[in-house]
Amino acid sequence: MNFKRRGTILITLLVSLLLVISGCGTKAPATTPTPTASTEKIKVAFVYVGPVGDFGYTYAQDQGRKFLEANMKNVETTFVENVPETADAERVFTDLAQKGNNIVIGTSYGYMDYMVNVSKKFPNVVFEHCSGYKTTDNLGTYFNRDYQARYLTGMVAGKYTKTNVIGFLAPFGTPEVIRNIDAFTLGAQSINPKVEVKVVWTNSWNDPATEKTAANSLIDAGADMLAMHVDSPTFAQTAQDRGVLAIGHDSDMTKFAPNSILVGDVSNWGPYFVDVVKQVMNKTWKPVQYFGGIKDGGIIDITPFSAKVDKDFQAVVLAKKQDIMSGKFDPFTGPISDQAGTVKIKAGDKAADDVLLSINWFVKGVTGSIPKS
Amino acid sequence: MEGVMNSAIIISILATGIRLATPYLLAALGEMFTQRSGVYNLGVEGIMMMGAFAGFFATLHSGSPLMGIVASLLIGALMGLLMALVSVTFKAEQGISGIGLYMLGWGLSGLLYRLYVGGITSIDGLKTIKIPLLSDIPFLGPIIFDQNVLVYTALVLVPLSGFILFKTSWGLNVRAVGNKPEAADTLGVSVERIRYQCLILGGMLAGLAGAFLTIGQANMYADNITAGRGFIAIALVYFGRWSPWGILLGSLLFSMADSFQSMVQVLGINFPYELAVILPYVVTIIALAISFGRVWAPAALGKPFQRGTRG
Repeated sequence: MNFKRRGTILITLLVSLLLVISGCGTKAPATTPTPTASTEKIKVAFVYVGPVGDFGYTYAQDQGRKFLEANMKNVETTFVENVPETADAERVFTDLAQKGNNIVIGTSYGYMDYMVNVSKKFPNVVFEHCSGYKTTDNLGTYFNRDYQARYLTGMVAGKYTKTNVIGFLAPFGTPEVIRNIDAFTLGAQSINPKVEVKVVWTNSWNDPATEKTAANSLIDAGADMLAMHVDSPTFAQTAQDRGVLAIGHDSDMTKFAPNSILVGDVSNWGPYFVDVVKQVMNKTWKPVQYFGGIKDGGIIDITPFSAKVDKDFQAVVLAKKQDIMSGKFDPFTGPISDQAGTVKIKAGDKAADDVLLSINWFVKGVTGSIPKS
Repeated sequence: MEGVMNSAIIISILATGIRLATPYLLAALGEMFTQRSGVYNLGVEGIMMMGAFAGFFATLHSGSPLMGIVASLLIGALMGLLMALVSVTFKAEQGISGIGLYMLGWGLSGLLYRLYVGGITSIDGLKTIKIPLLSDIPFLGPIIFDQNVLVYTALVLVPLSGFILFKTSWGLNVRAVGNKPEAADTLGVSVERIRYQCLILGGMLAGLAGAFLTIGQANMYADNITAGRGFIAIALVYFGRWSPWGILLGSLLFSMADSFQSMVQVLGINFPYELAVILPYVVTIIALAISFGRVWAPAALGKPFQRGTRG
C-alpha cells in the first residue's frame, strides 16, 4: 500500500509539472525586458490569435510590435500568442489590464465582445481592437483597407491563370474574409472577365494539414492559381509542388515557393501603433474606427513582383495602385452584382465603409457559399 | 452532379481519402494493441504532437525524412514508456494519466518548436512512390499504389496486426492480459511486461501518425497540427470493436468524408459540405448506439493489475 501512495505522489508531481510545461509552451508571455524601476514607461500588451512564427497574419502584427519598440523610447511591450476566440480571451484581456498595461491591443475579430466587456471594467486602460466594429469610451478599432491590395493582386492572378480557375482557401465567413475574396475577384475580372474564383472553407485560421488537402482538391479540379486568407503558407508550398502559381497574403511568402508566388499583399501595422502610443502619451487618444489604406504610410501594400510578372503588366498594376492612392479609383465601385446577379452596388456608386465592414455576399464570379453562423 | 464528377475527380477524392486515413489508422492500430492489453491511453493526441514535431525536426536537420520517421518512432516509444511507468508500474488512474500525457505532448512540442525552430519553415517531406505494375492498374492503381511509404505502412499494418493479435502466441498473451490478467498471471505471463510492450508499441505508432502529418502531408510544423485526430483515433478503436479491419473501415469513413467535403466545395456541388463534415461523427455515434448492450470490450480494460487481488 505504501507503494501505491508513492505512486500517487509521483503522479501528482508529474501532472503539476506537465501543467507548468504546457502553460509555458502555448501561452508564453514573452516579455521583452523585465519590468524596471522606471514607472513612466508606457506598457503595451498584444494579444494574438496565432503564433508569432506563422509568417502570416500574427507575424505581421508582431512585426508592428517590434517596429513600435524600435521606434519609441519609453515603451515596453509584451504579447500573448495562441489565444483562442473564446471566453478564455476575456480572462487574458482582464489579466493584462490588471497587470498595469496602459494599452492593450487585440488583433483578432473574435475578441470583439470580450474586449467590449473588459474595456468597461478598466476605464483607465486604452484598448485597440483589430478588424472589429464595436467601440466603447476606451476601446477603439483599427484595420487596413486590405481590399485595395487584394484588388491589385487579383489583377495579377487574372492575368496569369490559363485555366481561368483560381482556388481560394478561406477560414470563416467573416466580413473581412468575404471582402478580401470579393476585391480579389473584382481585380481578377478587371483583367480577365472569364475568371472563376473557387472558395474552399477550411474552418480554421491555421490548419496546414487541411489546407494541404483543400489546395490539392482545388488543383485537381482545374485551378492553376491559388490564393488564400488563412494564416499559413501551406498553399504556396502545395502550389509549387504541383507546378501551379500562387498569390501571397499578409507577409512576403516568396521564400516558401519562389517558383509559384507572383505577388502578395502585406500589412505594415507598426506606424499605426506608434501613432496610438503618441496619442495616449499626449492624452489626445479617442476611440475611433481607424481604417487606413495604401496611401496611409503603407499600412497595406503589395510586395515586389516576381520576375514572372511581365514589366509592362507590373506598370499597369502600379498605375492602378496610384489611382487608388489618389482616390481616382475604388475597387468597390458599381455596378457590382452578387452571385445571383442582383445589383448590390449601383453603377457609379462606391461602397460605404459600413457596407465594407459588414459585407456578407460574394460578387458574381465567385463559386462557393458562405457558411451561415 | 454527373457532369463534374468525372473519373479523374473520383480518383482524386479516393486517393486523397486513402492518404488522409493514414494518421487515423496508425494511431488507432497502436491504441488497439494498448487497449487489448487492458490499458486505455488517452494521451495519443499528445504523442502524435511530439511525433509530428520530432519527425519534422529530424527531417529539417538531417534532410532525410527517413530520419524523421526514426525520430518519431523513438519519441513515441519514450512517451509510451512514460505512460506505462505511470499507469502500469504506479497504477495511476489511466484516464487521468492519459490526459496528463496529452498535455505534456501538447505543451512540450509547442515549447520545443518555439525554442529550436521559431517560425514556419518548410521541409522536403516524403515523396510518393509509384509501385511498378500495380500503379498501372486502371482506377485502383493511382488510388492505392501512388502514395508515400507511410500510407503503404499503415495499409500493410492492418492485416499484419490482425495476424499478430490472433495468430501468434504474443497476440494470445496480449488478449489474455486484457481479458483475464489473473489467469494470464497464473500461467506465468507477465502482465506488466505485456502492457509495457503494448504501450510502447502504441506510442510508436502514434508517433508515426504524427510524423505523417508533418513529413508526409503538410511538409511543415504548426502548433496543434494534429487538430484532434488522436482523439478520433481513440473513438475509432471503439467503433472498430478492437479489430484491425473494423478500424480500417472507421478510418476510411472519416478520411473519405473529409476528402469528399473538400471536393464538394471545390466543384460547387449544391450539397451542404457541413453535412459531409459531420457525417462520420453521426455514423460513429449511431454505430456505437445500436450495438450498445452487446458491445464486447477487453474485460480488464482500465483496471490496473495487482497480483493477488481480483480484477
